[in-house]
Amino acid sequence: MASNAAVISVRDLVVGFGDVTVLDHASLDVFEGEVLGFVGGSGAGKSVLMRAIIGLLPRRQGTIQVFGTDPAHADENQRRSIEQRWGVLFQQGALFSSLTALQNVQFPMREYLQLSPRLMDEIAVAKLEMVGLGTDVRGKFPAELSGGMVKRVALARALALDPDIVFLDEPTSGLDPIGAAEFDQLIRTLQRTLGLSVFMVTHDLDSLHAVCDRIAVLSEGKVIAAGSIETMLASEHPWLKSYFHGNRGRQITHRIHH
Amino acid sequence: MSAAALDATADGTNVALTATGAWTVERAAELERIVDAAARRYQAAPSIDIDLAKLERLDTFGAWLIERLKRTLIAAGATARIVGLSDSDRGLIEELRLVNQVAAQRHARPNPAVAALDSVGRAVAEMGWSLVLIAHLLGALTMAALRTITHPTRLRLTSIVHHLERVGWRAVPIILLSTFVIGAILAQQGIFRFRSFGADIYVVDMVSVLVLREVGVLIVCVMVAGRSGSAYTAELGAMKMREEIDALRTMGLDPIEVLVLPRVIALVIAVPLLTFLGSMAALYGAGLVCWLYGGMAPEIFLERLREAIWLPTFEVGMIKAPFMALTIGLVACVEGFEVDGSAASLGQRTTASVVKSIFLVIALDGMFAMFFAGIGM
Repeated sequence: MASNAAVISVRDLVVGFGDVTVLDHASLDVFEGEVLGFVGGSGAGKSVLMRAIIGLLPRRQGTIQVFGTDPAHADENQRRSIEQRWGVLFQQGALFSSLTALQNVQFPMREYLQLSPRLMDEIAVAKLEMVGLGTDVRGKFPAELSGGMVKRVALARALALDPDIVFLDEPTSGLDPIGAAEFDQLIRTLQRTLGLSVFMVTHDLDSLHAVCDRIAVLSEGKVIAAGSIETMLASEHPWLKSYFHGNRGRQITHRIHH
Repeated sequence: MSAAALDATADGTNVALTATGAWTVERAAELERIVDAAARRYQAAPSIDIDLAKLERLDTFGAWLIERLKRTLIAAGATARIVGLSDSDRGLIEELRLVNQVAAQRHARPNPAVAALDSVGRAVAEMGWSLVLIAHLLGALTMAALRTITHPTRLRLTSIVHHLERVGWRAVPIILLSTFVIGAILAQQGIFRFRSFGADIYVVDMVSVLVLREVGVLIVCVMVAGRSGSAYTAELGAMKMREEIDALRTMGLDPIEVLVLPRVIALVIAVPLLTFLGSMAALYGAGLVCWLYGGMAPEIFLERLREAIWLPTFEVGMIKAPFMALTIGLVACVEGFEVDGSAASLGQRTTASVVKSIFLVIALDGMFAMFFAGIGM
């Protein structure tokens, strides 16, 4: 499944705001075709790392390579071509509120590709259907959609250009356990059919267990561990122990062992 | 990566289409042409195999176009099937077999004449509806005001003072500056025209009556509508979008009492004060221009001013101010509450708030003019 080529490699990344250093020499790899779960305490800087990789936050030190190039040092054309190869699902969906679901999915296509309106409609409908949305959602505006639907439309938009990697910022937060499990399943299915690499910031232990090939843990500004869930469970690190063996973690462990 | 293509070999009645190269998003436009051409060309063929064994890469765009080709051929009466599917592509092709059973609806463009009439009709209906909403809010606001009169502790003094500072105190410099300039311009134009009749001195009459009765309050209201009305609409709209207003309601608080009343009270207090300051600044500007440009000594200006105006001239302007403030406040809050989920609607509503409040202020001014003429003020 996971081959050895790293699609993203972050080395010694330092990111801070004012006097606060959020990431302090953090290093991380995301390999081709894997689902990487990225965990850490609230406020540990998981979203900060994600935002630094996709270029929304400036860094103080360190290198970030996406598909072998550093977006910060790439010229306009290289950066555009990198941006076409990634899709981002923001925590709140970040759908454009003045566009319908279908238009939201079409938006990146409209910007980057010269497609006939017919093909654009068909592909957008296909994406919406692939994320499990029916015909009634197409013409609706984000304000008219439920939280779960917003996430699905946002995922469809993130997948609009058939990216090689998708960034998911807490994809299952705000969903009920059934919805979250379905969403996990969806991510897994899409990842397999489309051959995606997935970088998933999450708090959801079920998601970690259900979809992630590898888990990376952020604590005190550093990536303190990366590996399979079994490695995490076996780890003696105090934070990892309390995270995976706490009350909620224990249920997952229980499920793994039985 | 070689260019994408669809090679055809015919064997009797059986056509084999071999897809080669990368069928991916970068080539989607080109692939669509290839697929459409193939669909037209082979629609009469009874049996068609689409061979994917030589594909280098396939993504959703390519897979959908292959699926579309297959569907078009089948619809034309052929037997089309996909062969040579690799394991990695199978999932995608399977997935896309299920999609697009119901095509997206493109809305037909309506007749432009009908569309124009439609938009005019909607605009008129919307204007009427917003008057209804203003009346509604006025009623709710009166009820809230009466409640606070019977329970004075419910009056949000801190909030009123906060808004007074924003809409009143902080508006003083810009109001003073703009009314000063308006007064100066009126005087300059007046002197320029009246001089040809040798009636320079009447400039004072014209400027003072105009400023105190009409221009002072109107300029102030236009400034306040643009400055504070828009801010009210944007604030309340953003609060509505983020469900803050719903949160207030569920805590048993009345948004009208908590949000609208302090804002409107602040405006009703601030606008008359600003009108007074604005009128004085305008008269000052006029006096300065009369002196420097018209050569009229300040004593003469003041002497003439005393004869030209009497107390009701000043009262007319000041009486109008609180009513106009109320109008601006009501329109701004109504529009704020009308914001729905989208960012665009916030912008539209803020624009509508400014436009409608300025229009209503002018309309109200017209009604006041008739009223004061009627009672001889």
